[in-house]
Amino acid sequence: MNLNLIILIPLIPLVVFLVLGLFYKKIKPAISGYIGVFGLLISSSLAFYAAYTYFIVIGKTEGVYQTIVEKTVWMNFTDSLRIDMGILIDPIAIMMLIVVSVISLMVHIYSRGYMKGDPGYTKYFAFLSLFTFSMYGLVLATNLFQIYIFWELVGVSSYLLIGYYYTKESAVAAAKKAFIVTRFADLGFLIGILIIGYYTGTYDFETLNNPEGTSILNWASTSFMGLSALTWALILVFIGGAGKSAMFPLHIWLPDAMEGPTPVSALIHAATMVVAGVYLVARLFPMYYFIEDGFALNIVAFVGAFTALFAAVIAITQTDIKRVLAFSTMSQLGYMMLALGVSGYEGHEGLGFMSSMFHLFTHAMFKALLFLCAGSVIHAIHSNFLKDMGGLRKHMPITNITFLIAALAIAGVPPLAGFWSKDEILVAAFEHSLFLYVIGLFVAGLTAFYIFRIYFGIFWGKESNYKDKPHESPGSMTAPLLILAFLSIVGGFIPFSEFISPDKAGFETHMNYPLAAIAVFAGLLGIGLSWIFYKKENELADKFASRFGAFYTWAYHKFYFDELYLFVTKKILFNVFARTAAIFDKKYVDGTMVGIGNQTVNTSEKIKGMQSGKVQDYALAFIAGAVVLAIICIYLWLN
Amino acid sequence: MNFSSFLLMRQEIALLVIILLLVIAEIFIPKEKKVSIVHLALFLFGMHAIVGFFEIDESSLFGGMFRTNHLIHFFKNVLNIGVLILLLQSADWVQEKIVNQNKGSEFFILLFSSLLGIYFMISAGDFLMFYLGLELSTLPLAALAAYETMKRISSESGIKLILSSALASGVSLFGISMLYASTGSIYFSEIVQVLSSTNLTLLGMVLLFAGISFKISLVPFHFWTADVYEGAPISIASYLSVISKGGAVFILMILLFTVLRPLVDIWENVIYVIAVATMFIGNLFALRQQNMKRFLAFSSIAQAGFILLGLIEGSKLGTATVVYFVLIYIFSNLAAFGVVQAISLQTGKERIKDYEGLYRTNPNLSLVLMLALFSLAGIPPVAGFFGKFFLFTAAASKGFYLLVFLAVVNVTISLYYYLLVVRAMFLRKGENPIPFFRNKIYMRIGLVITVLGILLLGIYSPIYDYIYDLSSALK
Repeated sequence: MNLNLIILIPLIPLVVFLVLGLFYKKIKPAISGYIGVFGLLISSSLAFYAAYTYFIVIGKTEGVYQTIVEKTVWMNFTDSLRIDMGILIDPIAIMMLIVVSVISLMVHIYSRGYMKGDPGYTKYFAFLSLFTFSMYGLVLATNLFQIYIFWELVGVSSYLLIGYYYTKESAVAAAKKAFIVTRFADLGFLIGILIIGYYTGTYDFETLNNPEGTSILNWASTSFMGLSALTWALILVFIGGAGKSAMFPLHIWLPDAMEGPTPVSALIHAATMVVAGVYLVARLFPMYYFIEDGFALNIVAFVGAFTALFAAVIAITQTDIKRVLAFSTMSQLGYMMLALGVSGYEGHEGLGFMSSMFHLFTHAMFKALLFLCAGSVIHAIHSNFLKDMGGLRKHMPITNITFLIAALAIAGVPPLAGFWSKDEILVAAFEHSLFLYVIGLFVAGLTAFYIFRIYFGIFWGKESNYKDKPHESPGSMTAPLLILAFLSIVGGFIPFSEFISPDKAGFETHMNYPLAAIAVFAGLLGIGLSWIFYKKENELADKFASRFGAFYTWAYHKFYFDELYLFVTKKILFNVFARTAAIFDKKYVDGTMVGIGNQTVNTSEKIKGMQSGKVQDYALAFIAGAVVLAIICIYLWLN
Repeated sequence: MNFSSFLLMRQEIALLVIILLLVIAEIFIPKEKKVSIVHLALFLFGMHAIVGFFEIDESSLFGGMFRTNHLIHFFKNVLNIGVLILLLQSADWVQEKIVNQNKGSEFFILLFSSLLGIYFMISAGDFLMFYLGLELSTLPLAALAAYETMKRISSESGIKLILSSALASGVSLFGISMLYASTGSIYFSEIVQVLSSTNLTLLGMVLLFAGISFKISLVPFHFWTADVYEGAPISIASYLSVISKGGAVFILMILLFTVLRPLVDIWENVIYVIAVATMFIGNLFALRQQNMKRFLAFSSIAQAGFILLGLIEGSKLGTATVVYFVLIYIFSNLAAFGVVQAISLQTGKERIKDYEGLYRTNPNLSLVLMLALFSLAGIPPVAGFFGKFFLFTAAASKGFYLLVFLAVVNVTISLYYYLLVVRAMFLRKGENPIPFFRNKIYMRIGLVITVLGILLLGIYSPIYDYIYDLSSALK
């Protein structure tokens, strides 16, 4: 396999970014769009070439897909700990390359239409390329340090993409919130990395993930509060992943992030950045599985299941279609985490792992499609809210059909892509725990319900009073829709388990017909209910809402989670700490300065003026500090 | 002793010669051509900074009072780079505002004297040399802080600095005398052999520590910082927050890792407490600042808190990460101060509010400031990220996970206020944005160098490797 070609995959978007970023004044907007699309077209072709060579031409050696690593020493951090930079290729990396390439390419093409006439057009494409580069880098990382760099870079570029480009105040606030919340979660990731580095002496995925190494078990021995240090590290790493993948309770940024331009949401908040957390857990899966019998993995499973349920419940209540999609994404990400959490390692037991990756793949296609369709609708009627929509199927036939396909896919109707992957997840959950299976099944029903609720709300029902007659979007926007719709139909037929499994050997899956039938039934039930509620204008939905009054309002307000966060950050952190500090600064520190300032006007005349009582305050603090320290030293630490 | 052994003091002697040349120049250059002093000073110091990179022997002079090795030599070079950038950034200010008051050469002479003091402190082999260096490095700064004599706020700043620093050096001298009382020596190499933890030595250590902490502005020895920065000319605030602080960090590290090594179990705790206090106080104050200089003052206090995470490691890794971080910090903070300097010089505006809409009028300057703030906030791929990450690794390698956790919490808080400034520049319209202007050549060079540093120091790994190799010198 020609690794020089693989390394071009991330480098091309980087070059595009540099070219567009440095010469953005000189390049005509139309040209910059072409440059972006063209660059990504090459990267995508290379990604497909890589997939073909890796899976077909090279194939398995001794029954397993080999991990190909090419790296150089970047820095000898200490005498024992070395940091490398390079690229790592294994089945899940290849799969992610394909996902990122396809979605990013579609979004690039779509954006050429969507962003037309925007003053920041070139800058937008520059940041899009930067984001794609960071995402490729994250996928191909060979070690924890490298993945962390790109992980943060993904966060930065998504911040720039929304916050820097957009002039809307709310969008900027949202971008900042996203950046800071995910960064807060990265606390965990960072400390996790430090602990792993300290106990294992390596950051390399290859070494860390090697299940035969008894070393892992040795590392696991030191314990803290009943769990081994490495389990703690893995939990901390998962917190980082949970932040990026919007797991409860670190999800609060995702719905707000919908303020950004819709194609960006499709790329970042549906298909690529948000799955980084899932990818991270998958990347370290052997560690998660083997250390302390997968204790950390159980946490992953339950957090995933809870998030799936929690988000699906909220999604039912939202009236902004992008927010519905945001919560839907959260819920589906919860599914993926759940699947990882219930997975075993060898052979057929790796079903959960496989189905998680499978669902990541299919979900990327149909969720990006849903977002792009939503963008197309918003583009036509300039509103995000369901109340401004209705009856659009006549005006926007392509959007209508493609949205329907995506909705059927996410609802798990066979033979569309979502059915296959979701079914595998449910089977894996069923084999692991009945409880988790029931949650998963219930969520499947809810999913079908909320997605068809907005489908009917947008495309059926009574037409709103549109100012201008809505019209179908231009070809540059509908073409990606059609391509993604096609992928959402056929994506499920890829024999994923042949290619992807935790032990990289692949296995055969068999259809579990009873479970599949139940899942399909749940989906159809959801669709049926929303048909009754929302297809025609009737009062049933409102009646239902009033029947479950309190719960409905509760869910509508997202269980008051944002308020809780606001309370903690604004009220406590700001008012109590920061404000006290500021008052202190203003009143004493600043007041002192003004006082002294006034006194020192006449420095030349009155030397006495310098001896204001206020400098003594500083001196007092200084001496007191030193004395207190000395006392502590002598009485506390001196044995 | 032959004269060639004086070559060990090459840097000090060269700087002294530069100072004397500037004095002579001041006398002989006619009044209407005084501007050329700026070019002369820049040229001389530029040469000095370049020559500094030639290797030096490792040895000591004057019976061990003065010593040097590759690491110490490197410290000086790092500071030289910082001062050079700072001179480039201040050149316009000196030309426009200072030279016509006939004080052009004084500025350079005083600045270089302070730097000379830092050199001697770093190279000190005993407490006498150390103390002389300490005083030499601080006294000229008080004069410099009060440099804009026509401004009330500037004289106030100078007075506050001189009073506080007098207290600080008095306290550290008291500490030194206690160490002398308990060990009977002022030579580092002798003290380290007999030092043990008794009440007297601990008190001495804490007082000495307090004196140096004053220069690094660690909490609770930091009170002077914001007031002095706000009042002093920006070049001096910049010098205080970058060069003076960086030099003091090196000195603190040398003292802790060499002389005070026997007390490591105790100073570890001191550093721990001070680090937590410094990070939190610095950050919480920075959150609400309206004035860019005060803002940078508190941000630099918080940064000092992070540096302590490397110091607490106490050996080779700690040394390497601290030096690496200080190097990065110099570039990042100088970039930020440079932009503030440029804007202040052109418009006199210094509030964060005045920066609203800066991107529309001066995109390049705002990009520089954004990079600088990103680096201070520790966002990859700019250098600050690597600096912070390595510091945290150093602390974690000794098992200080709680400390690392608190530090990372602080990184998040700091991200918030750094982004406030970024937001003001890029997203707010601003009622009265700063009009477009072009910087003069020196300022442009100064800013370009800092940007290159911010972008390359992190990614180009041989720099860290080089520092790590040097770092075994402190044992």
